[in-house]
Amino acid sequence: MHNLNPNEPSGPLENRWEKHLFGLALIAPQNRKKYNIIVIGTGLAGASLCATLGEAGYNVKSFCYNDSPRRAHSIAAQGGINASKNYQNDGDSTWRLFYDTIKGGDFRARESNVYRLAQLSCNIIDQAVSQGVPFAREYSGYLANRSFGGTQVSRTFYARGQTGQQLLLGAYSAMSKEISSGRVKHQSRSEMLELIIVKDRARGIVVRDLVSGEISAHIADCVVMCTGGYSNAYYLSTNAKGCNTSATWRAYKKGAYFANPSFTQIHPTCVPPTGDNQSKLTLMSESLRNDGRIWAPKNIKDCNKDPNNINEEDRDYFLERMYPAFANLVPRDIASRALKGICDEGRGVGSKVNNQRLGVYLDFSSVIEKIGLEKVKEKYGNLFDMYKSITGENPYQVPMKIYPAPHYTMGGLWVDYNLMTTINGLFATGEANFSDHGANRLGASALMQGLADGYFIAPQTVANYLARSQFEEIDDNHPEVVASLESVKARIGKLMNAPKPKHSPDYFHQKLGRILWSACGMSREKQALKAAMKDISELESEFWQSIKVTGSESDFNQTLEKAGRVADFIELGYLMCRDAIDREESCGAHARLEFLAESGDAKRDDENYSHVAAWEFQDGTPVLHKEHLHFEFIKPSVRDYK
Amino acid sequence: MNFILHIWRQQNAESLGDFVTYQVDNIDGDTSFLEMLDQLNEQLIEKGEDCVVFDYDCREGICGTCSLVINGHPHGEKNATATCQLYMRDYANQNELWIEPWRASSFPVIKDLAVDRDAFDRIIQAGGFISVSTGSAPEANSQLVSKDNADNAFDAATCIGCGACVAVCPNASASLFVAAKINHFHQLPQGRVESKNRAKRMINQMEVEGFGSCSNHRHCEVVCPQEISVSNITLMNSLL
Ligand SMILES: Cc1cc2nc3c(=O)[nH]c(=O)nc-3n(C[C@H](O)[C@H](O)[C@H](O)COP(=O)(O)OP(=O)(O)OC[C@H]3O[C@@H](n4cnc5c(N)ncnc54)[C@H](O)[C@@H]3O)c2cc1C
Ligand code: SF4
Ligand code: FES
Repeated sequence: MHNLNPNEPSGPLENRWEKHLFGLALIAPQNRKKYNIIVIGTGLAGASLCATLGEAGYNVKSFCYNDSPRRAHSIAAQGGINASKNYQNDGDSTWRLFYDTIKGGDFRARESNVYRLAQLSCNIIDQAVSQGVPFAREYSGYLANRSFGGTQVSRTFYARGQTGQQLLLGAYSAMSKEISSGRVKHQSRSEMLELIIVKDRARGIVVRDLVSGEISAHIADCVVMCTGGYSNAYYLSTNAKGCNTSATWRAYKKGAYFANPSFTQIHPTCVPPTGDNQSKLTLMSESLRNDGRIWAPKNIKDCNKDPNNINEEDRDYFLERMYPAFANLVPRDIASRALKGICDEGRGVGSKVNNQRLGVYLDFSSVIEKIGLEKVKEKYGNLFDMYKSITGENPYQVPMKIYPAPHYTMGGLWVDYNLMTTINGLFATGEANFSDHGANRLGASALMQGLADGYFIAPQTVANYLARSQFEEIDDNHPEVVASLESVKARIGKLMNAPKPKHSPDYFHQKLGRILWSACGMSREKQALKAAMKDISELESEFWQSIKVTGSESDFNQTLEKAGRVADFIELGYLMCRDAIDREESCGAHARLEFLAESGDAKRDDENYSHVAAWEFQDGTPVLHKEHLHFEFIKPSVRDYK
Repeated sequence: MNFILHIWRQQNAESLGDFVTYQVDNIDGDTSFLEMLDQLNEQLIEKGEDCVVFDYDCREGICGTCSLVINGHPHGEKNATATCQLYMRDYANQNELWIEPWRASSFPVIKDLAVDRDAFDRIIQAGGFISVSTGSAPEANSQLVSKDNADNAFDAATCIGCGACVAVCPNASASLFVAAKINHFHQLPQGRVESKNRAKRMINQMEVEGFGSCSNHRHCEVVCPQEISVSNITLMNSLL
């Protein structure tokens, strides 16, 4: 084990990024076209990067598995994006956004990175507005803000319930401009399946054309991964169906460290699961918690009653009871855990799944009474409609039912201050890196991070890397390239020809999901995690024995796509449990039952665990390295939302 | 519920396709339309057959990936709804379903129910952007936008690029898609500067891609899951 060096600048926090920028090497405009950069993934993080690198004059080659960059998972973000503009004059500042993010992350993020993120937040809004992102506005014509996800200032910019869509369309249009200029060459329906490393540097990738099945190698001077998060390891999550870990997992297996894999965020306000055939869970925006009141019946016997017939005194507004100061607006991890606790007590509502009712009420009757139906419609109309179309129930009349679902992964590839992984020339941005959110991400800050990385940080640090490196010419005949191509083909061969083909990819994925959800979800415990690791190892052998992929590998084959992704999720699932066992404390979203305060809140152990856990793949086993976190500016305190 | 499904199967763009009949049983009302197809595919895997290819990703009506013509209706009969948001309870009294891909020569079928919509990307590349580079943006509140303009821009900008408007149009015109983008930018002072030029370039590309032109059938507005209004097309025409 060795200590990882994050390459942070020193000195006053306010000047660090500027000082660092000045130290970065530049490439003169006329020389930039000589450099080739591969960008994998064109969600917010990737599209913004492609646009910016293209504008600067580099040769960019980008890939995504979707049929267009405009469809990346980022499109689904509803609530908004934070920026410390302080337009509302409510005491916001760069410092406060920095402080909130560090505290929200339960003191498990790097101060320098988070401060830079807060500094860049304002530029993102400027950029997006110039691109034509139609943010909500006041009658005066000024931009509107709202308070979101457990903050006491209004710093969230939004475009009704479709902020991610509008920001992504902005980045996609900027990227499209560069595609038409010829500097960005993009390939959709392409999946990255291997990383090519030559002389300790990332120099290319192997890609499968999802339509023809063709496998090809692509060479460049460096590689940037913007491939999103891995919540789909749990099978049921709020992520798009195609979201996967394959790209980051290939990188891990080629030597990039994977940081904090067990830090996963479970979002409290999702439509509850209803049965075994469900393929995904839908998020209901957190903004609903601004006006909705969460409750469950006090008595188990009321759980299958019509909620409108349960008397006020028989309702337990448990968040208001447990957390009087923040009440229904406590951070996500706290709300999710409280919700699960209620259902585990048997006080859940809704139809039974595996003998348990998984749901509590989110009730709008008091706000409808207070501000009127029309106002509520104006504010939440589209969300209510969505809920109705999914459940068939009318939330204006019957309280909504909600239950937590995996939503975001704070873990990801370890990166230094330059967003470079432990492999030279391999960068990771957006949700794919282990990010600035520590052990828990605050609402409306993932969009901010992805765009800060893509528009403002990576373009500079990637250029610095290129300027300081010498690159040998390589082509498709290079032994490393040939070997990478061969290993991809061999793996596909194995997936297509298991010894005793029997079960579909979804069969294995659902099994993995159930293991992870119960052992490595909202609450974790050593023995259960150990058992889960054993179960996952067994699942892995069963998978390679009996995975059944029909159709052909040289064809459009969605079953094969799924199988490859599930194989990687299984391996990642093991590492998630391993990481969760190792962290003998509770922090943020990582709640170890053995290490909770009496109140049920997370109890950190700063003395022993104030570090980022970065895992290295060494001869098949994960080896732990630590990046110790230094809090020079904010004193870690107990995260108290009472 | 039990359903007889007639599904369009086509090996690739070059081959001819045909309907193949399948049956799925015991479908719960809370199952989504795409989950019903998932269940069919699980059956096919069990039988050792190649699965039905169909496009999807978010499964919550926002990414625009899903694209099925169900009983002759792009995205099914339900208004303002993408295919992935359809639930089988909506089909309780229909036990036979015909499922096809988008039909338009500019959206060639790649396999079974999936089509190639790259033409839409190329239309955006032709001019569907504001020519601002990263870093050159002024302070966001330095240019005010009336709430009406901002709301109109937003309404047009919610187009998910699914292509249902093309699939339903007798001329296979992409006018609604193109007009929505043009109007989105035209409503905003940041975008208005380039409006005319943008409209010219995007419409030209639409023709190059082989999409037809609009002759006011207005079916597009009806099938559009985002309820994009044909008034966008009127505005687009006024810019020419
Ligand atoms: C329902 C929902 C609502 C959310 N709401 C908010 C919100 O209100 N505010 C907020 O700040 N955050 C929100 N988030 C989180 C936020 O949306 C994501 O963290 C963020 O958009 C991730 O962006 P990204 O660019 O890193 O990755 P993504 O948008 O996931 O993009 C990943 C890209 O990588 C490509 N890709 C993936 N794997 C491969 C591969 N193997 N080969 C090739 N390409 C690949 C994909 O095609 C895609 O282009 C929400 C998340 C969800 C699920
Ligand atoms: S205008 Fe409507 S139907 Fe056409 S692509 Fe956009 S969302 Fe789809
Ligand atoms: S799958 Fe995304 S809109 Fe239907």
